[in-house]
Amino acid sequence: MNDMRLTERNMTDQKIKMQARGVDVFYGDTQAIKTVDVDIQDKTVTAFIGPSGCGKSTFLRCLNRMNDTIDVCRVTGDIRLDEEDIYDPRVDPVQLRAKVGMVFQKPNPFPKSIYDNVAYGPRIHGLATNKAELDEIVEKSLRRAAIWDEAKDRLDQPGTGLSGGQQQRLCIARAVATNPEVLLMDEPCSALDPIATAQVEELIDELRERFSVVIVTHSMQQAARVSQKTAFFHLGELVEFGETSQIFTNPQDTRTESYITGRIG
Amino acid sequence: MVDTTQMGTPPRKTSLTHSSAQVARRKRKDVVLQGFGIAAILIAFSVLFILVASLVRTGYTAFVQTHVTLEVFVDPGEISEEGLPRGGFRDVLTAALLENLPEADPDEDARAVRNILSNGAQFDLRDRVVADPSLIGQTITLTAPVSDPFDQLNKGGVNRETPEDQRRVNNQEVAWFDTLAEAGLISTPFNIGLFTHADSRFPELAGLKGAIVGSFWALLTCFVISFPIGIGAAIYLEEFAPRNRMSDFIEVNINNLAAVPSVVFGLLALAVFLNWFGLPRSAPFVGGMTLALMTMPTIIIATRAALKAVPPSIREAALGVGASKQQVVFGHVLPLAMPGILTGTIIGLAQALGETAPLLLIGMNAFITSAASSPFDASTALPTQIFIWADSPERGFVSRTSAAILVLLGFLVTMNAIAIYLRNKFERRW
Repeated sequence: MNDMRLTERNMTDQKIKMQARGVDVFYGDTQAIKTVDVDIQDKTVTAFIGPSGCGKSTFLRCLNRMNDTIDVCRVTGDIRLDEEDIYDPRVDPVQLRAKVGMVFQKPNPFPKSIYDNVAYGPRIHGLATNKAELDEIVEKSLRRAAIWDEAKDRLDQPGTGLSGGQQQRLCIARAVATNPEVLLMDEPCSALDPIATAQVEELIDELRERFSVVIVTHSMQQAARVSQKTAFFHLGELVEFGETSQIFTNPQDTRTESYITGRIG
Repeated sequence: MVDTTQMGTPPRKTSLTHSSAQVARRKRKDVVLQGFGIAAILIAFSVLFILVASLVRTGYTAFVQTHVTLEVFVDPGEISEEGLPRGGFRDVLTAALLENLPEADPDEDARAVRNILSNGAQFDLRDRVVADPSLIGQTITLTAPVSDPFDQLNKGGVNRETPEDQRRVNNQEVAWFDTLAEAGLISTPFNIGLFTHADSRFPELAGLKGAIVGSFWALLTCFVISFPIGIGAAIYLEEFAPRNRMSDFIEVNINNLAAVPSVVFGLLALAVFLNWFGLPRSAPFVGGMTLALMTMPTIIIATRAALKAVPPSIREAALGVGASKQQVVFGHVLPLAMPGILTGTIIGLAQALGETAPLLLIGMNAFITSAASSPFDASTALPTQIFIWADSPERGFVSRTSAAILVLLGFLVTMNAIAIYLRNKFERRW
């Protein structure tokens, strides 16, 4: 797990996985996001930080078009996944969401068995042709989410019966089971205790090996611990975006400095 | 944070043990409010109790039926095997009665004596003899219902102190009945006929089978039509329809539809189903279609409420792993909403079961003496049967009306109990 010595963190120049240019989001007449440009690198953890209501979750939900489900929400601008515009009319949001998985703030396992929770995604996307393959995907996903040891003896029990931290890791297992390319996490630890938080953070660091992870967090410490890139949002604007070490040690914008030193927010 | 020293007035010093006027006032309000609540519940329960008690008081006698047991000599002189199913069954029964009534004159009193037995007794005997012609010439034991006046006499519905000219049974008939009773021939077993007979002109023979079967067919039709259509409409409106003026308009009108008086649906059914489509009159199928019109808005509203109650986190979770809208709705939301939908449906059907007015208008209040064998046969339903019986003057129908109401209430309570059971059993907590 990473520690706080930010300057020593290994920085790799990964290729850009997702690219947002001039993104505006409106809820009815109110503008929630104002002209945001962000590059999300592959195999990198990107953290979105900022005070409540600054639009970081809204922006995250643009990345897999989750905002489509809200009638009054309107997104303009250009967001690309591997050079393809995800808001192109030809794009099926369902397919996009299989590529860009999401983990939510509150653990939200389906009221089904642990196995079915993880198997649901692969089933609807036809990733497994037979039971053995599905079993393998489930096991692999649960292992990746570091919950296999706790769950392997109770796969047929309801996922809602797990503890909060276990539920969240189950949700992560469910998200990685469809083999996404990008994993979006919307404050995944805000409902968890410190021990469960530590486990999930450790997990995020491992997930970086395979996926590009975007995490929204309220906790600056968490952003500092898990991310390589940090974006600071304030009042719907992207104030500063850069290396996590740079944002936390040498912020360029006074608002960023005020936020990370606790004067605003 | 507000600094208290900056506020204008210094804080008032209050005691925790001595209640101030404000606290006393608040407590008084609490007590009054509670009193109102308890009084309301007491009133509601006492009214319910009075209703049920009065029904039971008048209705309980209909659950037993006075029978007379006779040794009947199946006289070959009256009944011959060749003549079946015709024969002098009535005379044979009269002879059997006279046997037990030595004081009655076989010639003059034959007609009066015969009236002790229900008109149905001769048909019972006929059916037995037709089924087994070897009974001709033998003496068989026959238990048959007595006719309504004697049934009432036995159950205390006829007061023996009343002057003879104002009584339904004269002194001689009372004496005959007492003779039969002293001989131990009178019994009052449970009235199975109430559930195995269809309607009849004679109260002692009338039963609810036709009505129960008719209600069953009507409800089945109602369910088969309103459940899929109601759920389909609710799912579309709740999950797929765009929110605009059109959907608002539809929503308002569904709510209006639920509030339309049922008699209006009856008139609609009369005009459309019977006159225009030419569907059969009095048929439970048409009754069920009419009831479906009424039940549908109830089901739509209940289903929408149940769909709305499914937490958005479940939808998000499913969308987040790349499920399509259909997969989210049919794979996750609908199963979770099912208990609520079923509860709403059962309550809607219970409402339909008790609905009378639309059935009257399509002619389900006809006098029909056999149970419907298909939903297209003419039939009555439970509420219309009650309506018919309540209109009948015979004393026996008064208690049967109450008994029928009790049976209907029994069905309603059972259906509501099932609804509550389903809700508790499948209710999920998040």
